[in-house]
Amino acid sequence: MSWISNTFSSSIGRKVIVAITGLFLCSFLVVHLIGNFQLFKDDGGAAFNIYSHFMGTNPVIRTVEWGLLLGFVFHIYESYTLAVRNRAARSVAYVDSRPSQNSPWYSRSMALLGTIILLFLLVHMYNFFYRARFGDLDPDINNNADLYTLVYSSFKQWWYVLLYVAAQVALCYHLIHGFRSGFQTLGLNHRKYTPLVRIIGYAFAIIVCAGFAAMPLYFFFFKPELAH
Amino acid sequence: MAGSNPNAKPMNLTLKVWRQKNRNAEGQIVEYQVKDISPEMSFLEMLDVLNEDLLHKGEEPVAFDHDCREGICGSCNLFINGRAHGPEKGTTTCQLHMRKFSDGDTITIEPWRANAFPVNRDLSVDRSAFDRIIQAGGYVSVNTGGAPDGNEIPIPKPVADRAFEAATCIACGACVAACKNASAMLFVSAKISQLALLPQGQVERKTRVENMIAQMDKEGFGACTNIGQCAAECPVGISLENIALMNREFISAKATSNNLA
Amino acid sequence: MLPDSKIPEGPLAEKWEKHKFNVKLVNPANKRKYDVIIVGTGLAGASAAASLAELGYNVKAFTYHDSPRRAHSIAAQGGINAAKNYQNDGDSVFRLFYDTIKGGDYRAREANVYRLAQVSVNIIDQCVAQGVPFAREYGGLLANRSFGGAQVSRTFYARGQTGQQLLLGAYSALSRQVAYGKVKLYTRSEMLDLVVVDGKARGIVTRNLITGEIQTHSAHAVILATGGYGNVFYLSTNAKYCNVTAPWRAHKKGAFFANPCFTQIHPTCIPVSGDYQSKLTLMSESLRNDGRVWVPKAKGDKRDPRQIPEEERDYFLERKYPAFGNLVPRDVASRNAKQACDEGRGVGTTGLAVYLDFADVIKREGADKVSQKYGNLFEMYEKITGENPYELPMRIYPAVHYTMGGLWVDYNLQTTIPGLYATGECNFSDHGANRLGASALMQGLADGYFVIPYTIGDYLAQTAPTPVTTQHPAFAQAEAEVRERINKLISIKGNRTPTEFHKALGHIMWEYCGMARNAEGLRHAKAEIQKLRKEFWSDLKLVGTNEELNQALENAGRVADFIELGELMVDDALHRNESCGGHFREEYQTPENEALRDDENFAYVAAWEFAGEGKPEILNKEELQFENVKLTQRSYK
Repeated sequence: MSWISNTFSSSIGRKVIVAITGLFLCSFLVVHLIGNFQLFKDDGGAAFNIYSHFMGTNPVIRTVEWGLLLGFVFHIYESYTLAVRNRAARSVAYVDSRPSQNSPWYSRSMALLGTIILLFLLVHMYNFFYRARFGDLDPDINNNADLYTLVYSSFKQWWYVLLYVAAQVALCYHLIHGFRSGFQTLGLNHRKYTPLVRIIGYAFAIIVCAGFAAMPLYFFFFKPELAH
Repeated sequence: MAGSNPNAKPMNLTLKVWRQKNRNAEGQIVEYQVKDISPEMSFLEMLDVLNEDLLHKGEEPVAFDHDCREGICGSCNLFINGRAHGPEKGTTTCQLHMRKFSDGDTITIEPWRANAFPVNRDLSVDRSAFDRIIQAGGYVSVNTGGAPDGNEIPIPKPVADRAFEAATCIACGACVAACKNASAMLFVSAKISQLALLPQGQVERKTRVENMIAQMDKEGFGACTNIGQCAAECPVGISLENIALMNREFISAKATSNNLA
Repeated sequence: MLPDSKIPEGPLAEKWEKHKFNVKLVNPANKRKYDVIIVGTGLAGASAAASLAELGYNVKAFTYHDSPRRAHSIAAQGGINAAKNYQNDGDSVFRLFYDTIKGGDYRAREANVYRLAQVSVNIIDQCVAQGVPFAREYGGLLANRSFGGAQVSRTFYARGQTGQQLLLGAYSALSRQVAYGKVKLYTRSEMLDLVVVDGKARGIVTRNLITGEIQTHSAHAVILATGGYGNVFYLSTNAKYCNVTAPWRAHKKGAFFANPCFTQIHPTCIPVSGDYQSKLTLMSESLRNDGRVWVPKAKGDKRDPRQIPEEERDYFLERKYPAFGNLVPRDVASRNAKQACDEGRGVGTTGLAVYLDFADVIKREGADKVSQKYGNLFEMYEKITGENPYELPMRIYPAVHYTMGGLWVDYNLQTTIPGLYATGECNFSDHGANRLGASALMQGLADGYFVIPYTIGDYLAQTAPTPVTTQHPAFAQAEAEVRERINKLISIKGNRTPTEFHKALGHIMWEYCGMARNAEGLRHAKAEIQKLRKEFWSDLKLVGTNEELNQALENAGRVADFIELGELMVDDALHRNESCGGHFREEYQTPENEALRDDENFAYVAAWEFAGEGKPEILNKEELQFENVKLTQRSYK
């Protein structure tokens, strides 16, 4: 079956993997965002904790989780491989190069933006995912693990909020380019629909990232002290 | 003028030119002054002035590729002030005129830089990788003679027009030069699109895209990340649509062709 | 002595068919035992290389470009003629033949031209099959336009880039054969000499332009498809590298050079703007359909053209040729422009330009309509001149565009050296004294796709299929001569650059052997060229060595050959005491300033034979027989 490995190690094959996983990860963002809106509910975290309990224990979700992990792994690995190859394609750099005159900076900085997002993810995963799944959070009133309080206390620290907001800005630019880029790579291009894809991509990036960024900001600025 | 611009004053310019003796030598930027450059000159004529000057001084002239000097042969290929073919949009180096610059300017001139385009000397590079990609499948396999009457294959005008637009690529390599990744996908996609759109190209449609992409990868070009620098700097306006079409062709060929390799 | 031109017997329409039957065939199994060298990979060269490789011959193709796709065929804008009669407007093979013979002012061979018209239809089919994106009608069929004053619409086109699309078609066919291993492609390799063994062409000497390496290559036959020599004028619409070296070297090895003085001048080019000018750019002739040509009535009137009132303008073409007006043939338009400038009424700072004014048509039809027709040309003009032709009249001036002369070839396209063939603009065969618009592409592809594959077989079938190697001493000798010449060029160490000599030559040629010539001027030019030649070989300045990419050295070799060719052109122009087509001798004109042919004495091809260094070239005459057309004098009054 050498054709499979040949296909997916070719430049376009790798791009296709990046595109498919990227768009898949976009769908994850939507689910994640909608679920996390429970944070805004003024019920002391009960709903959010029910939700997080469900996400942590439901067998379907636990299975899909592995797919998500694979999505990240492939997206990162293939992007990294392509970035290395692309860097190697020009070993002598221009003395004078002015790419800002022909393209937006974020399109040229996908690897950098991706790396920032990856670093954020590591912090994010350790703080919330790891501690929720493998840590020993106190139970809340419904006897669910009280992830909400952890979120609350995290988002009361200014540097943590800053990290999150910065990461969302990076994610936003990553998505602005990545969303339409995914369609282009998969050849889903048409004179009628491509302009629409561009607009949806912009809207998607801004809405999703603003939504995520609103959470730490909300807690930091607007959420009063927790009443225990 | 010669024409109508009697106010055009001659310019003095500082040129920072990449000099490199041959493929294996180390290169460096060397600074030159050129005087009394008419704004009516083309960029290459300005370099002609420099070269005549150098020759008279007993120094080696700057090697650069050029030929038709009317923007169609695709020979000229200078990276001027950080841009492929210089600052003017939709223009080859030979059609760039000095009226786009001002007296006292410093102009940096470099060769296309990509590992797949090794430097021959100074500003001249080897673009034979492009030829090898075409040799891998950028054709319709018809022998001379025996072709059916030209009108036996009706082609809708919009299709013919789109194929033509893709076919106008001049293979100058600006797409590679401008691309952060030194990717050749705009060039390759232009040929693949032309033949994928036309009925004549259908017979070899799958093998063509598979073989051309394989050769492109082998030549050491980078992979497209859809930045769009190529299309922005393309002197003949080859569109990014072609890359999308090529991706689609590649995916469907790989999924359905009988090629097991 | 001139060999037989091998024109087949029989009625005109049957000559080619008959000939194809009569030529000897090479056994299919033997074809791979024959090597063929093709120099030049433009339309004529690439099409021949692909077609011969498809037949099974081993082809070695040479180009000085980095890729075959850069040849100057690529710059042809207008289109390609073919007698398809798709438009139902009365075209036919005979009409295309007739128009070509008449357009060439009766100085071309009937048989060759008829064959050209016959195979023209196959060219279109072949190109369509290759995927050349010709313009289409809405119904999906091929579109045509009328071109260059033709009465029928027989020109196929791909917007203003027909040459590019046809060349890329031939290039793709060539690339396919390179991939199959049937063509070995030598890029950046310039032919510097022909190797003749026992009177037959058996190889070439080349220089690798990157490394300077001098190489010899052998073959059973050699085809030169190296284009025209318009750059003898320094400024022309030809690409910068276009040169005469390959055919000129062959000429000095025994190939006769025919009608060198037949040069086509194109009236609508962007004028020279200064001494630094390196080349001229052609704008499509179609501009004259709507543009009006004029100069101020007064000498030295340097006002803004918009401020010159109507009554102070001289629309000289409309005034002199009321019937045809601005649409008179290329040579008439060109000469009249020159005349106006010679009278001191030229415009622009150099005074070497006339106006081509679109104000009337813009007023009549609106700028939008005009932009639809000429938008891309106006854009190109503005890019080069910085002037907006919607507001200011364009300035145009004639420029050298095409050379009808070239190596003499017989009906088989073989030169006077057995085994040496010449195709495309490199030969003299089909355009007589003037070429019709959209016929250059046709001829290049006709020769390469449909003529040479048949006729070269006739020669090869009579050649033993034993390998030809470079072992013969003639190869070593030719190589040594090439080296010696390069060393000589480098060792002069004078003060003037190759470009300076080239400009000086161009100036002489343009002044005295350009649009209008006279005996006195030509004699003066001959003396000037001889002087220049001496100076060249004693005062040339070069830097660097042979063993590197040395563009000044490449240029010097080409200029040296141009100087020699220039002298022959002058000889040819001086001996032809008549005016015909692109050759206008001021002494021979009608009272209306029309070219006055002398069919009695000059209805022949002048084929010049090299007689040795320092000796005058020998004139051989091939009398032209006209059995199917009646010779007429044209009039555009």
